[in-house]
Amino acid sequence: MKKELMAKIVLFLFFAVVCLLILIPFYAVTIASFKPGGDLIRYGLNLRFDLSVMSFDNFAYLFTGDHAYFTWFFNSLFLTVVQVVLTLLVSATVAYGFSAYEFKGKNILFICVLLIMMVPFEILLLPLYTLIFNIGLMNSYSAIILPGVASAATIFFFRQYLSGIPKEIISAGRVDGASEYGIYIRLILPVMKPSFAAMAILNGMNSWNNFLWPFMVLSDDKKYTLPIGLKTLLTPYGNNYDLLIVGSFFSIIPIFILFVAFQKYFIDGMTAGAVKG
Amino acid sequence: MIKRFLYSQKVAPYVFVLPFILVFLVFWVYPLGSSLSMSFQKVTLGQDAQWIGLDNYTKLMGDKTFFKAVANSAVYMVLTLLILIPFPMLFAVLINNKFMWGREFFKSSFFFPALTSVVVAGTIFRLMFGEMEGSMINSILGIFGIEPMKFLKGQVTGYIALVALATWRWTGVNMLYFLSGLKNIPDDYYEAASIDGASAWQKFTRITMPLLKPTTIYVLTISIYAGLAMFIESMMLWNGNNSPKNIGLTIVGYLYRQGIEKNNLGYAAAVGIVLLAITMIINLSQLAFSGMFKKED
Repeated sequence: MKKELMAKIVLFLFFAVVCLLILIPFYAVTIASFKPGGDLIRYGLNLRFDLSVMSFDNFAYLFTGDHAYFTWFFNSLFLTVVQVVLTLLVSATVAYGFSAYEFKGKNILFICVLLIMMVPFEILLLPLYTLIFNIGLMNSYSAIILPGVASAATIFFFRQYLSGIPKEIISAGRVDGASEYGIYIRLILPVMKPSFAAMAILNGMNSWNNFLWPFMVLSDDKKYTLPIGLKTLLTPYGNNYDLLIVGSFFSIIPIFILFVAFQKYFIDGMTAGAVKG
Repeated sequence: MIKRFLYSQKVAPYVFVLPFILVFLVFWVYPLGSSLSMSFQKVTLGQDAQWIGLDNYTKLMGDKTFFKAVANSAVYMVLTLLILIPFPMLFAVLINNKFMWGREFFKSSFFFPALTSVVVAGTIFRLMFGEMEGSMINSILGIFGIEPMKFLKGQVTGYIALVALATWRWTGVNMLYFLSGLKNIPDDYYEAASIDGASAWQKFTRITMPLLKPTTIYVLTISIYAGLAMFIESMMLWNGNNSPKNIGLTIVGYLYRQGIEKNNLGYAAAVGIVLLAITMIINLSQLAFSGMFKKED
């Protein structure tokens, strides 16, 4: 019994130390968001908890100052919601096609889905950039949404999920005289609901944090998303640390709240790809 | 008539997968094809392209900066593999242990860093690895009597900062992958092994590791991809795509520099094709080596 208690204590201490290391950067940025930007430039980012220099000034500036932070914030929010809704609907539809039917070319098409998951998106950046330029979609949200609307990872996950749903639902629907699309919309979509939560969170996280492609496509600062906006605060001529740090801190909050509220779905969504290796 | 056609059981599946076919053709096949053809041309946005055969590739083979970028990406990939596979696996096994207190709390706090965007995480790490005496890492090293370092100006310390950032963000995620793999291992295996008198280490190497193989292959595949395609982490740490002596330049960074910053799209396309070839070769041979294809047949 004594040995077991020892094991428990050693394990707990070990994880507590690792956990501390992981949480330190969050502590540092939280502390820094209460300090003036000049302090950061003079002394660097540090762990000193010094009430004499700490204040709510940065937060006051964040909420009342003359800057575009909340334009970026709501752009990101809008884009994330639109992107998640469209991607889920389109990907679920495609996944249903793969799961419910046998048809010519199905295997080849599904290999294409897997291929997309293995090819780095980054190598397509430039041809995609010229394509978007040529079809006149520069500086539009469509240019960000369209290329990812049939998301390979999401299709893959939904197909796995659908394979666990009995095929009898479909044949029963046909007997009742429902059309192929009616079966999908009225019988299958409701059953898929639980899997939507996990994918909404995975896609939402990716969209909220997405940077490189939107950064290349958007040129109008009124359309910037939050990561792009924050990045523009870092310039070669000096950095706006007052807003950058408090803005970074504040950008984590919504996703933190969502995480705490829907933790189970986060974890399901993140580990979705590994379920069947 | 049209309605009858669209509603038939033969046509419906194609209607369902049509969005994928369209996106795949327009946003993957076409760009990939144009990337391939661009790599044999001299392309400048707004001007007519010229065919120049293999010139881009021969130039690339003699380009020292390109090889520096490949070396950086390769080192980064290898280091992340060496850290982000064994440690998360070990953590997953330990945290799954019946002696563990506060399992759920640790699981979520390990996951927290993955919630931050690269822009935010990169900014925090750039400041933490600042060269001032008072910057976080330097002030911690100071406690042990180590002189302040200019992390982002040296090669080795630059790699340390990059790998620290990756480790911070992905340890918890990879641990969750391994945890979901562990769930699929039946408890009876361990009980049977205990009856046979196996030690904890033997159980780990004979049962856990072999049965985690599918998860390990999955993590390996996505880590190879992520390692070779890394760019924004470096961009954030060095506040732009320029690091002193290119110590933080990656393959995608070089592609971006040539294509977007220097408007040399053909040359950049060649960089992309080489990256595609490297990724595919490594991943396909990794999958073949681990017997993934045999299992599918």
